[in-house]
Amino acid sequence: MTSAAVPGAVGSPDAEPANARVSLARLAGLLDDLVVPTVSVVISALLFGGFVGVAGADPVEVYEQMFRGAFGTWFSFQNSLQRAAPLMLTGLCTALPARLGRVVIGGEGALYVGGVAAADVATHLGGSSPYVVLTAMGLASMLFGALWVGAAGALRAKRGVNETISSLLLSYIGIALCNHFIEGPLRDPQSLNKPSTLHIGEQNMLGPVPGLDVHYGLVYGIVACVLAWLLMDHSVFGFSARIVGGNPRAARLSGLGVPRLIITVCALAGAAAGLAGMVEVAAVHGKANASLVAGYGYTGILVAFLARHRPLGVLPVALVLGGISASGGLLQRTCNLPDATVNVLQGILFVVILASETYRGKVDWFSRLLVKGAAT
Amino acid sequence: MTDVATLGAWGVPLAVLGGALRVSAPFLFVSLGECLTEKSGRVNLGLEGTLVLGAMGGYGVSYLSGSPWLGVAAAGALGALFGALHGFLCGRPRVNDIAVGIALMLLGVGLAFFFGKPLIQPTAPRLPSFSLGFWSSVPQVQSNLQINALLLVGIVLAPALRWALKNTRWGLIVRTVGESAEAARAMGYDVNRVRLLATMAGGVLAGIGGSFLSLFYPGSWNEGLSSGQGLMAVALVIFARWDPVRCLYASLLFGGASALGPALQSVGVTSGYYLFNAAPYALTLLIMVLSSSATKQSADLPMELTVAR
Repeated sequence: MTSAAVPGAVGSPDAEPANARVSLARLAGLLDDLVVPTVSVVISALLFGGFVGVAGADPVEVYEQMFRGAFGTWFSFQNSLQRAAPLMLTGLCTALPARLGRVVIGGEGALYVGGVAAADVATHLGGSSPYVVLTAMGLASMLFGALWVGAAGALRAKRGVNETISSLLLSYIGIALCNHFIEGPLRDPQSLNKPSTLHIGEQNMLGPVPGLDVHYGLVYGIVACVLAWLLMDHSVFGFSARIVGGNPRAARLSGLGVPRLIITVCALAGAAAGLAGMVEVAAVHGKANASLVAGYGYTGILVAFLARHRPLGVLPVALVLGGISASGGLLQRTCNLPDATVNVLQGILFVVILASETYRGKVDWFSRLLVKGAAT
Repeated sequence: MTDVATLGAWGVPLAVLGGALRVSAPFLFVSLGECLTEKSGRVNLGLEGTLVLGAMGGYGVSYLSGSPWLGVAAAGALGALFGALHGFLCGRPRVNDIAVGIALMLLGVGLAFFFGKPLIQPTAPRLPSFSLGFWSSVPQVQSNLQINALLLVGIVLAPALRWALKNTRWGLIVRTVGESAEAARAMGYDVNRVRLLATMAGGVLAGIGGSFLSLFYPGSWNEGLSSGQGLMAVALVIFARWDPVRCLYASLLFGGASALGPALQSVGVTSGYYLFNAAPYALTLLIMVLSSSATKQSADLPMELTVAR
């Protein structure tokens, strides 16, 4: 897996080790990281505009409505933030293992499993204080999410099973198991049309962040991304993990416990996705049911790739994609487009971003220009 | 349901057998397509998207034209288009085939849902079928053993593909490219072109597999039509050790496993319905665990795939 490039690795080969030149080469690398994605987003936007145009809508109006639905008003902006919260966590589910060169796409199932575990724990802690209940919910969701994705990591590390396929299979298995439990042992007998677990209780619901109409899940998401950044980019553990991603053989030869690293990072990734399920239960639905399978896990894959698997990059990308998915409803009402329009946009964006990988490092003329400028 | 009474518990193996015959076709087509693509040294995880897109396209064209076979052709064409996209993108330097596969999976499903919205209501003409149960007077035997010509095509295709890969010129070229791109390049073959064509051919098969879903069994278009069949078929290729004929056996096994839940439900075992839904996924996972090893690669694995991973 080569896509998890080390940031700042792009540079002019003939640069002398002079500090100024090195930092300029870094600047060029950073520009490379900005220019290529920006151009890709513009190309995707044009392609998508053409697509909705062919489908009979006015592209300009579609973009206007999307912006209005995502960030146009204070209300819609808060709605986007609300949707960004789980996306940050499911984004981490793919981004963290990708730093080790492992592609995990099972966030959807881990989210559901985590959500159901959280809801179940809450119903067992009837009389406890909301803090105890919420803590227990968070821990349970992270534990189950970690088990789910950690299993895919363990199968890769111990048996050489392809983790991309196994994580998605585990995701499907998790969804089927959760449906089984919600239909059976965990079912609230009152939920007739849509089988659900018992409600976790109004007093246990995750409230809004002061001053905003956005639930605390947003804080969870931001904290998780910052912690992941500290762990992956500023710790010995993260450094070892990135060595595994760069060259597993070198990592093994230098005595790193590769299987342990893979399993640990996958478990952390799953814990993040599981926590997303807890947030959805505790802040949005109040109970676990099939509504949790809303595609956050799949969009999280795109979030991770757009952020180039960097935890801090996940934050803004999750906000943008949260906004795009929030605007889906408005598109449906005003432009008469199906709700899957948003999925098409995401698919186009994904494909173009991956294709743009081939142009990375070719914005080389800029770095040469800078180095030359520094020399004179 | 009176037939259940007459057949008793025999209804379950019968339904599993019937299910194996009906449900296996999409698995078979996708796995044959993926087998061909992987033989050329590339992995296309996007066949799940191709399957769903083929199902939608096939249904739509069958509805509009009145000819289900035209629908099958359209599904194959859509599959070729998606295969070409995958093959082209992955031919560019530093573009990762696994990631592109995931992207195309999401894009294919998105496009299918987008264009499929108006197709959920109408009924399209379905592919004709005939029954292997003509020897029996029990209607349930007859209805369970309904099969369709497309499955027969697939069953013939499996050994044909194995033979062609082994004995024909282009089969040798595909395998050379998959075993050693360097050697193929030295012999003057355009590696990217061969892989592009192999991915397109794989896409055609996956698209046809999708049309089977919407035009024969279950025989309608809705958004829950495929949940991972395409991906399971990709996993199945590993289990079949890149041999088309073993893909056929594995597909029949998977078809049977998928039919277990509904079969048990039809004889009154309703508890654990969702657990049986998980059976094919769990079976795939189990098979993957058993057929891989941490220390050694399968001898049948195309060598170029070891470089890619």
